[in-house]
Amino acid sequence: MGAPSTLESTKTNTSIELSGAEAVIKSLIHEDVDLLFGYPGGAIMPVYDALYNYQNELKHILTRHEQGAIHAAQGYARASGKAGVVIATSGPGATNLITGIADAQIDSTPLVCITGQVISQLLGTDGFQETDVIGISMPVTKWNYQVTSAEEIPEAIAKAFYIARSGRPGPVLIDITKDAQFAQLNFDYKKCESIRSYEPIPTTDQNSLKKAAELVNNSKKPFMIFGQGVILSGAEKELNQVVEKTGIPAASTVLGLSALPTTHPQYVGMVGMHGNYGPNLLTNECDVLIAVGMRFDDRVTGDLKRYCKQAKIIHIEVDPSEINKNVRCDIPLLGDAKEVLQSLLPLVNSNTHPDWIDEFEKCEKIEFEKIVQKEFFPKSDQISMGEVLNKINNITKGDSIVVTDVGQHQMISCRYAQYNYSRSSITSGGLGTMGFCLPAAIGAKLAQPLRQVIAIVGDGGFQMTLQELGTIKQFGIDIKIIILNNEFLGMVRQWQELFFEKRYAHTEMQNPDFIAISKGYGLESKKVSKRDELNNALEEMLSFDGSYLLEVKVGKEDNVFPMVATGASVSEVRLE
Amino acid sequence: MGEIKTYTISIFTENHVGLLNRITIIFTKRRLNIESLNTSESEIKGIHRFTIVVNVSEETVIKLVKQIEKQIEVVRAFYHIDEETVFQEIALYKVHTNTIVNGIKVESLIRDNHARILAIENDFIIIEKTGRKEETNDLLKKLEPYGIMEFVRSGRVSVTKPLEHMGSLLKIK
Ligand SMILES: Cc1ncc(C[n+]2csc(CCOP(=O)(O)OP(=O)(O)O)c2C)c(N)n1
Repeated sequence: MGAPSTLESTKTNTSIELSGAEAVIKSLIHEDVDLLFGYPGGAIMPVYDALYNYQNELKHILTRHEQGAIHAAQGYARASGKAGVVIATSGPGATNLITGIADAQIDSTPLVCITGQVISQLLGTDGFQETDVIGISMPVTKWNYQVTSAEEIPEAIAKAFYIARSGRPGPVLIDITKDAQFAQLNFDYKKCESIRSYEPIPTTDQNSLKKAAELVNNSKKPFMIFGQGVILSGAEKELNQVVEKTGIPAASTVLGLSALPTTHPQYVGMVGMHGNYGPNLLTNECDVLIAVGMRFDDRVTGDLKRYCKQAKIIHIEVDPSEINKNVRCDIPLLGDAKEVLQSLLPLVNSNTHPDWIDEFEKCEKIEFEKIVQKEFFPKSDQISMGEVLNKINNITKGDSIVVTDVGQHQMISCRYAQYNYSRSSITSGGLGTMGFCLPAAIGAKLAQPLRQVIAIVGDGGFQMTLQELGTIKQFGIDIKIIILNNEFLGMVRQWQELFFEKRYAHTEMQNPDFIAISKGYGLESKKVSKRDELNNALEEMLSFDGSYLLEVKVGKEDNVFPMVATGASVSEVRLE
Repeated sequence: MGEIKTYTISIFTENHVGLLNRITIIFTKRRLNIESLNTSESEIKGIHRFTIVVNVSEETVIKLVKQIEKQIEVVRAFYHIDEETVFQEIALYKVHTNTIVNGIKVESLIRDNHARILAIENDFIIIEKTGRKEETNDLLKKLEPYGIMEFVRSGRVSVTKPLEHMGSLLKIK
């Protein structure tokens, strides 16, 4: 048996008779779920009916769209480290989850999605609100399963949680026919602790560990890139120890942000398309690259043929299919990042690399002069996005959770936001899903009620899920929303400017009155367009007790730099 | 990218509805053609065996096998080149009965090609040949002049040559 659950006392050998729907609820409670997100409908109504009796044990957040529910569950999972839980009805309810499931799959977020399905006799008849959600979700789930009889429910849910949380986490989906929800079963819950065909954590080869340590110890210019794997395995402390003992400069991927505090002296910034100048450029200068819990996404590597060819590469990774997938690796260290780093620590020598770190600092100076300075202290009257982030940092000192949407404001936030604690940066990395921010911020706040959650969103992405303002109001969720309004689909416009001869095809937007909208939802709000109002407005918002929406008018045609253009090498990182 | 070769991928799985779909998605997502596919039980109770043939580079087949093994219900997957396995396909040919009655040639064709007559009906006979693709194709060509009403060939089934059989590598507790 696993860790005793809160209901251990009710779990006796003599099982109790329940409906399938109630078994769903009891199973969730056995998995220590106390919060779930969802949206009701015909095929899931028995489960909703059962929820009615468990309102004290299980809080349900009714979002305004199933996409909102799933992004909220993602935000919850990312901020808490627990699995996010979503319930939805069949057909359109289930298909509305797909974007979030795909997002969770590519960003390794543990989710358990439960969808209702038409009664089993109707399967395959194109019944009302029947969709093959198992078929549709198959390519974007870690595992999925259709339940057609009540007896299967506890075991299916136990497996779902085990699979979602273990190894490389991911989304799972359980589709339950309505007749299975109604039928009775003898309920007896056993947590799943292993599946014979599934090895969540591969064993680490001890010899490879020694070889890796030797490489690191003999290296003149070692460089580390860490990703979300560090956060997912809870390896922040071990990362810190290895970095400090070896004296290695360390950079983060977008999803690895906040695993190491941004103020750490050896933290040299972010890699990738809009990452920092030094880490991108010097990737092609290091002699040993240690990649920890990251997957060499094309937005990180740029042109693979010219990526880090000069270095020996050590790849610490839980998922064997990531080894040699994009970048050939000299020493794979399979296993859980925390355990691998723990085992590596005693094998590596204490060292410092002042000259090498100096090269990063030189690059940082160049980047500051060419880019950061202009963004933090612009000469034009227009407020810049970077300026807003800089002012936020001055107020929060890096203590907040920053949730972003997708686009220019996302890259600016990831570049500039300061983080003191892990799990403080929540953004849609692999899928780049616009509309992610607002609902994900809801989930993040519910996961970390004592921390301040700042949602930074573009005017485009905000309009993809703005109906979740209703959820924020109804449940009194305290989120500080900042719309960085450039009246453009900014990131696409930037590409049009740089790569499509400024042919601004369908990227300029006539926006609604965002302040009137937030008033409509009963939320506090303010709009600023002048620099001298900005700081006060931010302070007012961040000290306000409750949700607040601040619209900041920013330069319409500002660009995000540095940039490694698609197809370019990381050594060709552009400063303008 | 490396030389394109024929690889046989043997996949040992829990028998689970939908797993076939999960496995084929891995190929279609990468725009790779499955040359042949067969599923059956294996020597281990409850464990199914998929046999998939693809023409790809070794680098690609390694990636495919890793993606396949990543599926929760897949126990293990292996890949082999033709030289490392013994494999066969079965082909059935349906021809008019009169071709047989009239031509002694067809009878010798069947004999010389190690085929056999599986069924004789009033109007047609069914010839069966087990062998490699080139062999069953060869017989197809030779029978064509006599008129073939139907032809079908199965997916490849294959076992590996090394004594240590794959089942023992499965780590099933
Ligand atoms: C759902 C979705 N549709 C389209 C895109 C493509 N896309 C990426 S960034 C972007 C522009 C985002 O504009 P906005 O939300 O205003 O943010 P900005 O870039 O201006 O900061 C678009 C359309 C996407 N990432 N997601």
